[in-house]
Amino acid sequence: MPTKTYDAIVVGGGSVGVPSAYNLALRGLKILVLDRRSAVGQGDNKTAIGGIRATHSDPAKIVLCSRSLAQMSTWKETHGIDVGWKTGGYAFPIYDEPLEKTLRGLFPIQHKYDLEIDWVDADGMAELIPGIERKGLRGGTYSPNDGQLSPLKVPVAFQRAAMELGAEFRFNEKVIGYNIDGKKIRGVRTDKGSYEAPMVIVATGSDARQDGEFLGIDIPVQPDSHEAGITAPVKRFLEPLVVDMRPGPDGKTVNFYFGQNDEGQIIFCYTPKDLFIGDNRESLSEFLPILAARMISLIPRMRHLLVRRVWRGCYPMTPDGIPIIDNVPQIEGLTLAVGMCGQGFMLGPGVGQEVASLAVDGKTSLPQEAHDRICWGRDFSKAGTEALK
Amino acid sequence: MSQRRIQSHPILEPLPDGTVDFTFDGQSLKARPGEMIASALFASGISIFGHHHRDGGPQGIFCANGQCSQCTVLADGRAVKSCMVAIQPGMEVASAQGNPPLPADDQVKSLHRPPDVEVDVLIIGGGPAGLSAAVELGKVGIDVLIVDDKPELGGKLTLQTHGFFGSVADCWAGTRGIDIGHLLTDALDDLPGIQVWTDTTAVGIFWDGKVGVATPGGYKLVTPKNVLIAMGAREKSLAFPGADLPGIYGAGAFQTLVNRDLIGASKKLFILGGGNVGLIGGYHALQAGIDVVGLVEGLPECGGYKVHEDKLKRFGVPIWTSHTVVKAWGENHLEKVTIAQVDERFAPIAGTEKTFEADTLLIAVGLASVDEILIKAREYGLNVYAAGDSEEVAEASAAIFSGRIIGRKMARDLGVPVDIPEHWEPLAEVLRSKPGEVEAWEIPRGGERVYPVIRCVQEIPCNPCSEACPENLIEMEGIMGLPRYTEGCLGCGNCVTLCPGLAINLVCEDYDPEKKTALLMLPFEYSDDMIPLRGDVKTVDFDGDIIGEGKVIAVRERPDQDRRRLLMVEVPFEERLKVAGFTIRGPSVPVEPLLPDDDDPVVCRCERVRKSEIVKEIRAGVKDINQLKALARPGMGGCGGKTCTELVYRIFREEGVVLDDITPGTNRPLVAEIPLGAFAHKEDGDAD
Repeated sequence: MPTKTYDAIVVGGGSVGVPSAYNLALRGLKILVLDRRSAVGQGDNKTAIGGIRATHSDPAKIVLCSRSLAQMSTWKETHGIDVGWKTGGYAFPIYDEPLEKTLRGLFPIQHKYDLEIDWVDADGMAELIPGIERKGLRGGTYSPNDGQLSPLKVPVAFQRAAMELGAEFRFNEKVIGYNIDGKKIRGVRTDKGSYEAPMVIVATGSDARQDGEFLGIDIPVQPDSHEAGITAPVKRFLEPLVVDMRPGPDGKTVNFYFGQNDEGQIIFCYTPKDLFIGDNRESLSEFLPILAARMISLIPRMRHLLVRRVWRGCYPMTPDGIPIIDNVPQIEGLTLAVGMCGQGFMLGPGVGQEVASLAVDGKTSLPQEAHDRICWGRDFSKAGTEALK
Repeated sequence: MSQRRIQSHPILEPLPDGTVDFTFDGQSLKARPGEMIASALFASGISIFGHHHRDGGPQGIFCANGQCSQCTVLADGRAVKSCMVAIQPGMEVASAQGNPPLPADDQVKSLHRPPDVEVDVLIIGGGPAGLSAAVELGKVGIDVLIVDDKPELGGKLTLQTHGFFGSVADCWAGTRGIDIGHLLTDALDDLPGIQVWTDTTAVGIFWDGKVGVATPGGYKLVTPKNVLIAMGAREKSLAFPGADLPGIYGAGAFQTLVNRDLIGASKKLFILGGGNVGLIGGYHALQAGIDVVGLVEGLPECGGYKVHEDKLKRFGVPIWTSHTVVKAWGENHLEKVTIAQVDERFAPIAGTEKTFEADTLLIAVGLASVDEILIKAREYGLNVYAAGDSEEVAEASAAIFSGRIIGRKMARDLGVPVDIPEHWEPLAEVLRSKPGEVEAWEIPRGGERVYPVIRCVQEIPCNPCSEACPENLIEMEGIMGLPRYTEGCLGCGNCVTLCPGLAINLVCEDYDPEKKTALLMLPFEYSDDMIPLRGDVKTVDFDGDIIGEGKVIAVRERPDQDRRRLLMVEVPFEERLKVAGFTIRGPSVPVEPLLPDDDDPVVCRCERVRKSEIVKEIRAGVKDINQLKALARPGMGGCGGKTCTELVYRIFREEGVVLDDITPGTNRPLVAEIPLGAFAHKEDGDAD
């Protein structure tokens, strides 16, 4: 089989891989992106609902998503291509005291990183979310600089920008192994060919454990599936992406969230109480009744929305719910950007920049406390340390 | 305001004018009780239902079958498909201008978990296939639930005013489709194990094996031990400039408006497509008193039954084969249609354009199986069966038969030993077969006092004529064979009455002792006011070409003729074997020849995606339908790509992309949009 040589190979053409390829190409590198699917963003990227917020509690996510926001909110101006950006902020309406306390408790770290987020009273929340149930509403947090993007448009925007810089993309190619020479990575083998490069970036989302096996390292990522859906468009009435943090009365859900995208459609999702392990992406009958009950309880007028489509996608989960974005010391030239835990779409543009720094400069571009959270070789047994997932 | 309702119809009883008050954009109108909003609007002469949010394009009816969402209006503030929602007294209907606003209705209603329903057999679709299967299952005591999205069972049978082909003994050949629908529906009455949910749309099948159905009482989850998909077919479309104008819609939509609801939907109709759907649509229009300006067929021959084609030709409707529609013109609604001849690669030939005035253009370019739920059910490994058009697109008689066979197979699989007669499978195959070659017509020799002239020169599955003759004088080999008259006709006219193709007439040679004239007995199924009694008519031959003159002497009308009139027409003796009928309409006159410009056709109607937008992405390297949907949005609208996907593949082909290189799109539930409230309330979210 013919062998071609590149400066760096990105394995995985999704939320993380494509922005990584773009940022590497920006550094003047000759890049190859490999994906087993037929086009960019066809794995779990397209199952994202498109919310993008910097207002996390984890410093790494705060910094990475801030960088994502900085790039994507101005993408149309800088690149001339629409990515479905909508500045509507994120709103977390709150009905009980403990949750209010939790969210207020995050303000110090969020403000430390210069995020604009504050408490809004019940009237303010009702203004942000027309028709919201007022009974028991205490108010909530609102972060106006967060927003929404189109998961359908973003990967292609990055792909085309990367291609303009000379990056190559090969689809329908399945990775079957990595070439490692001693402690150095040499390239990637697929079912269709062999490609050489001194740098390899693994950005394979839910498939990452398999890549770990090829590489002889344990990448602790397992897919956990979530369902989502979308309605027919209605006249724009909802600006923020709304997150209801309460556990559902159904006993099956933790939080649920939704927003109105730039097409006018309401796009929605919930977090199941129990992990649903596996990569089955077929829809279940329980999703819509549970979701509808929650959504209508929060905003009764939503019952008039017409449901158009539902789908299921995978969260590539790590044991501690925090991504792995780091070089792997035991294999020189190998950078991991995996385990985004369901936030790959919003993290992706920021991760792309960090990947370029890790791979090319050999060091993180993040503050140390942020890098420490997402580094390779951390103790994954300390699960559940993130206050706001 | 006077209503555009059909007052006189040869087959259907006229319906009374509307009595239910409603408003459209503030204008007071009337509907018939239970009438769908779309039909009530059409009856009031309103065919533009709104304007699209993307480009302001005018919107109206397209499928009239709940499959697309082009007919969306606001009913009491809620966005609904106007073809599927009935007018309620006092309903305030508004045109949908852009994206509809979400009504600020903050009334809190009690929540309700959708009930789970377990059934032995679920049949999705109560048309010819589903009903036939249900009858077979019900007869052996198996419990069945039939769900159908319309208020009445029968599926497309409810629209078919013409006599059916096929076998008299096995599937009611010679009986009108509407009546077969009633026969099948009535048969359910005696079968207590059969439960029917009408107005119930199956919106998806889920991985856990449950089928979500939206009923008037709310959403339910049905867990079937066995499921039969008998959801029929939907109409294909074509993308040509102007094809998205209101006034251009599927032949099925037309039949719904005209034959189900008796709406005078059009004055001047043009038809694209010479298959049975287009040809029959034309006949139905003529029966309803709607003029058919012409019909074009891209192939050198019409694909439908020749007997259907002949009916149009005899009436005087021009049929242009090797022609297509190249452009539709109109400000907000269809006004003119330009056709052109095509070459062997179906490319229009410049300079051959002709333009005609028409207010309606029927798209009848074939049918595609409604099989989204079937495909998923098979993928999930459920006990799933398919019958009728969902399995393979064919005539309704074939659907009846395939339903019957599948019904018995299901019974067997459920452990009930039922017999499946040996001749059924081969007959099912025959009923599905395409029409044969057109053979040369042998002019009968005449000479008897009275005898039939049979203009049936193409093998089709049909046998009523041979069954009709009391003396068994019409012979045929199997139901596909061509009928041959032997001798000894008594002149009863039964064959003339029963031939579904209206392809038989009698000749009475001894009408005039001096043999200067003969009397023909011709079948007639148009309105009485079109019968030129005692008047001169222009007679036509087999091909519809004018021969000379005749005179209608009398009309025979008897209850056993099932609404078919037999006209006694006196013609010159030497023309007695040539005359196949008489023409009623004058020639279609072309209007100012407009040369087609390079307009950009709308390919995806729901999202108003134009061809150039798709071509741009294909040229940028897109070969994945999912990615194309993401970028240019064809298939992202309400219908989920049911109509445009095939058109998109065609554009790929035109751009030189081979099929094997294209990654197909992913189909996901729901197959029809329903309100979020349906999933959580007992009713579908009505404010009542």
